[in-house]
Amino acid sequence: MKHVVVHEEWCLGCHLCEYNCAYANSGIKGMAKALKGKRVFPRIRVEDGNGDGKNNITFAVSCRHCHDPICAKSCISGALTVRDGAVTIDRSRCVGCYTCILVCPYGAIYTDGEGAVIKCELCLSNQAGSPACVAGCPNRALTLEETD
Amino acid sequence: MKTYVIIGGGVAAVGCAEGIRSVDTSSRVIIIAGERRPAYYRPMISYYLEGKTDFEKMEYRPAGFYEENKIELICDAAVSLDSASHTVTLSGGDTIRYDAVCVATGSRPFVPPMEGLDGVTCKTGFLTEEDACALEKAVTCDSRVFIVGAGLIGLKCAEGLCGRVGSITVCDLAPRVLSSILDDTAAGIMQKKLEEHGIRFLLGDTVSRFDRDTAHMKSGVDIGFDVLVLAVGVRANVSLVADAGGLVGRGIVVDERMRTTLDSVFAAGDCAEAADISSGSRRVMAIMPNAVLGGRCAGINMAGGSASFDNAVPMNAIGFFGLHALTAGSYDGEMYEERGDGTLRRLYVKDGMLSGFMLIGSVERAGIYTSLIRNQIPLETVDFEELRRLPSMRGFSPEYRREHMEGWK
Repeated sequence: MKHVVVHEEWCLGCHLCEYNCAYANSGIKGMAKALKGKRVFPRIRVEDGNGDGKNNITFAVSCRHCHDPICAKSCISGALTVRDGAVTIDRSRCVGCYTCILVCPYGAIYTDGEGAVIKCELCLSNQAGSPACVAGCPNRALTLEETD
Repeated sequence: MKTYVIIGGGVAAVGCAEGIRSVDTSSRVIIIAGERRPAYYRPMISYYLEGKTDFEKMEYRPAGFYEENKIELICDAAVSLDSASHTVTLSGGDTIRYDAVCVATGSRPFVPPMEGLDGVTCKTGFLTEEDACALEKAVTCDSRVFIVGAGLIGLKCAEGLCGRVGSITVCDLAPRVLSSILDDTAAGIMQKKLEEHGIRFLLGDTVSRFDRDTAHMKSGVDIGFDVLVLAVGVRANVSLVADAGGLVGRGIVVDERMRTTLDSVFAAGDCAEAADISSGSRRVMAIMPNAVLGGRCAGINMAGGSASFDNAVPMNAIGFFGLHALTAGSYDGEMYEERGDGTLRRLYVKDGMLSGFMLIGSVERAGIYTSLIRNQIPLETVDFEELRRLPSMRGFSPEYRREHMEGWK
């Protein structure tokens, strides 16, 4: 199973991964049409300290698809399950209890603005087909690699 | 071939069976399901009332799960446990001999003695599928519903019924809602949200007696109702282990391997009482994640494997009408507080570690705080100045990220 690997020393903090993620999951053709003027809810988020100037570290956080995902074990609705090594979400089951947000140790599950949650599903079932964050990363700070 | 018996049929029982099967694929695994059905996502019953789910979706495992994993499901209740002869006796008198047993009997509603309760025409608890169905049958769009108990169960019930009944009144002896997990300030924010949706409260008040379908309150107020919901609290089902001579407190006492004090007897889920690492004391932590994780740990150990579940903390995610409260740990030590418009962030620091938190309204990435508690991370090793403003992974060292986050370089 290939996963998104984060090389934090290469991250420019450009946030392109967030836009590529939101577009890939929008179900709309044409990036401008999908994103312009809309509040986006990407499943990957760049931590840059909002320019606090404390350090230069930036990196993007998305679901790590843990081997033993506590989010899936804690889900009260059965929305979060592991399929072929990827933690996936069935949004039709999610009731927005936020137990997963309470337990994810990396803060990698986000609210979707409509009462449910969203998370990285490695673009396995959207219009991108493979991780759009990786494909669009200009400095190879995100790569797709086989992990064990 | 060994025989493993699991008493109780909820998610802790399934976690246990899966734990056993991860070690031993051939021995007998028997689940004795007192609710006489396969496990389901029980916290979903309030969402069922709201119409957000159905009982088919609420099944905990897909059809065929029990057969495929060779788990025998007995729809019956266990009435006694004999740890000397390694036997469990069922309500019909049959006995089953076990090599190891896990008690996952959950809890039952606690109903304090109330004068005139027997004379109330329509009353129910709110813990099981059966309760939810009974309640759904009992209410009409005009019903006046009276809920005794403003805890997690009573309020989720109120939210579930909101909009499909005439009126909802909730009373509680405590002076605030959700008194077990929130303080006055935090509870006030949640109460306001519920009141905006028409739910009425009588707090710091209790029923002095029922007169058919009227509750006479201590305060002198009379509440007429059509349907009564009893949601005062729950008690762990400990009697099987207590009667067999095992140590019980508020729950069945277990160690980090989920062993009770009786030989080859384990316990997990809402009936168990385990160490809470955020406070150092033993508590019943009746929440789904702990049931699943504890059950699995018990199962692995029953089957001869080795597992421990030693970082349980009390935690709760609860929300009403889009306003969420996420809490974990113990509210002990130095407090850091930040208030915003309808939001509250409180962190508690003790002995150089995060001991607990309470977040209302703004709850994004709360799990980072939970992991600080569960993993007992010394705050001197993180940038707590940054973390206490907002949870982030930047507040941790690069070494921590590389070591703990899968796929991190």
